[in-house]
Amino acid sequence: MMEFFQSLLGPLWPLVWTLVKIVVIVGPLLLAVAYVTYAERKVIGYMQVRIGPNRVGPLGLLQPIADGVKLMMKEIIIPSGANKKLFLLGPVLAMAPALAAWAVVPFSPELVLANIDASLLYIMAITSMGVYGIVLAGWASNSKYPFLGAMRSAAQIVSYEIAMGFALVGVLMAAQSLNLVEIVNAQKGSSFFSWYWLPLFPMFLVYLISSVAEINRAPFDVAEGESEIVGFHAEYSGMAFAVFFLAEYANMILVATLTALMFLGGWLPPFDVAPFTWIPGFFWLIAKICFVLFLFLWFRATFPRYRYDQIMRLGWKVFIPVTLIWLLFVGAMMQTPLGYLFH
Amino acid sequence: MNVQTLIFYFFATILLGAAARVVTARNPVHSALFLVLAFFTAAALWIMLQAEFLAIVLVLVYVGAVMVLFLFVVMMLDINYDTLREGFWDNLPFALLVAVLMAAEMAVVVAGRNFWANGSGVSPVIHGPEYSNIKELGRLIYTEYVYPFEIASVILLVAIVAAIALTLRRRKDTKYQDPAQQIAVRRNDRLRIISVETDTKLMKKQEVIQQTEQQS
Repeated sequence: MMEFFQSLLGPLWPLVWTLVKIVVIVGPLLLAVAYVTYAERKVIGYMQVRIGPNRVGPLGLLQPIADGVKLMMKEIIIPSGANKKLFLLGPVLAMAPALAAWAVVPFSPELVLANIDASLLYIMAITSMGVYGIVLAGWASNSKYPFLGAMRSAAQIVSYEIAMGFALVGVLMAAQSLNLVEIVNAQKGSSFFSWYWLPLFPMFLVYLISSVAEINRAPFDVAEGESEIVGFHAEYSGMAFAVFFLAEYANMILVATLTALMFLGGWLPPFDVAPFTWIPGFFWLIAKICFVLFLFLWFRATFPRYRYDQIMRLGWKVFIPVTLIWLLFVGAMMQTPLGYLFH
Repeated sequence: MNVQTLIFYFFATILLGAAARVVTARNPVHSALFLVLAFFTAAALWIMLQAEFLAIVLVLVYVGAVMVLFLFVVMMLDINYDTLREGFWDNLPFALLVAVLMAAEMAVVVAGRNFWANGSGVSPVIHGPEYSNIKELGRLIYTEYVYPFEIASVILLVAIVAAIALTLRRRKDTKYQDPAQQIAVRRNDRLRIISVETDTKLMKKQEVIQQTEQQS
């Protein structure tokens, strides 16, 4: 079968095959994005003693599809004073990094689109470009509230990126590799105590909280602030608006996956004994991603929004010093006989 | 012409086009965005040269951080495009002179024998997929070039400290909160429970009022 297509397409085969692989990743990802919105509404509903969506389809399962159809039917209004090209480029630039980062994410030791040497660096570089979508959307709208929202959001993302980067430096020091597959394999041990959440516990917390701030979610959602303040996408409507939401949720799944890979052992089972090792690693990874995603929803239902100056204080004055001190600590401990604890 | 050369010319065309637009675009925000595109394509070219670490760091540092701050500043400014164009023809001769000088310098470097890897008889090494660019770079930075590396980082640190020292001014009328103090507050600091004796006269008055209300 494969050989037949290979001979049919000739030199074009690698291109087509890569495209097929991209579709195989992006298709389920977008479906997952749709159902994370459903899960969010259901989970928060139950946390607030409500039922959540239950009208469209059995158990409300068709709600995300109905939402998607509704948004596609709506008119995309471009404000008359807006910079039209950049206005439309904004959602694209928000969405593209959220999808491009998945190119190097491994789902099992073999299942990865591009197993490049510096996959961790690649992810950091690509996700750091997501901020352009927000800044451009705010500026091109030619409206002061979206502009202020974009400024708030951009400053927040740039600040928390630093803390996040330092937390990742801790991971790569412990794993001695920038390759995500090797980072997961370095966490192999007899039980879940050998995963990096334990030796790098402060980094794990900093990474988890910073990633919530990076994706602009509650309690750090000043970019959007649905209920009271107006965010960077106030002038967007229809599908252009929906793309921002798709990007936000794709980013959410991405940071959940990265947390699972770097701190929670990726596809490794929690105990390296019989009943746990029977389940394929892919399902362990999915379970961990779902756990982190659930944490994000739980945060949103639990915490009130941070005030803006307190967001900045937390990022610069708490997280960055904490990660710097823990980096020094890990580096120093690695040189002592206790160093094996940090590998 | 093989595929690699094609890809190279593809990126090179985008790079030159974007670089030209950086200086010709009327809107400064567009210029900044074209600069982002130029950096990105330059990174792609570096990846073709197997310098993946430099390429990714170029995207991470310049595209992800420096250009965001650039855009920030450019967007915040209220720029009048006409005043920007003022004095274009007056400054043109001098600018041309600088441009010609720069082009000449580049030509001297490119024409030199040492610029080309095989100019001195050594052909460039093409590494296999096992070769880790980052590991090699890290090893060199922390062994052979450790002093220049440390000096460079100290210079950067000095620049950071200097920038903060230059812009830091303590205003006396600034209001700020001390979160540690806020957290340390106990109930007794804020709240005092007083036991108040019941005012019997008032009670009687109220009873009278209620009675009259019921009667009416």
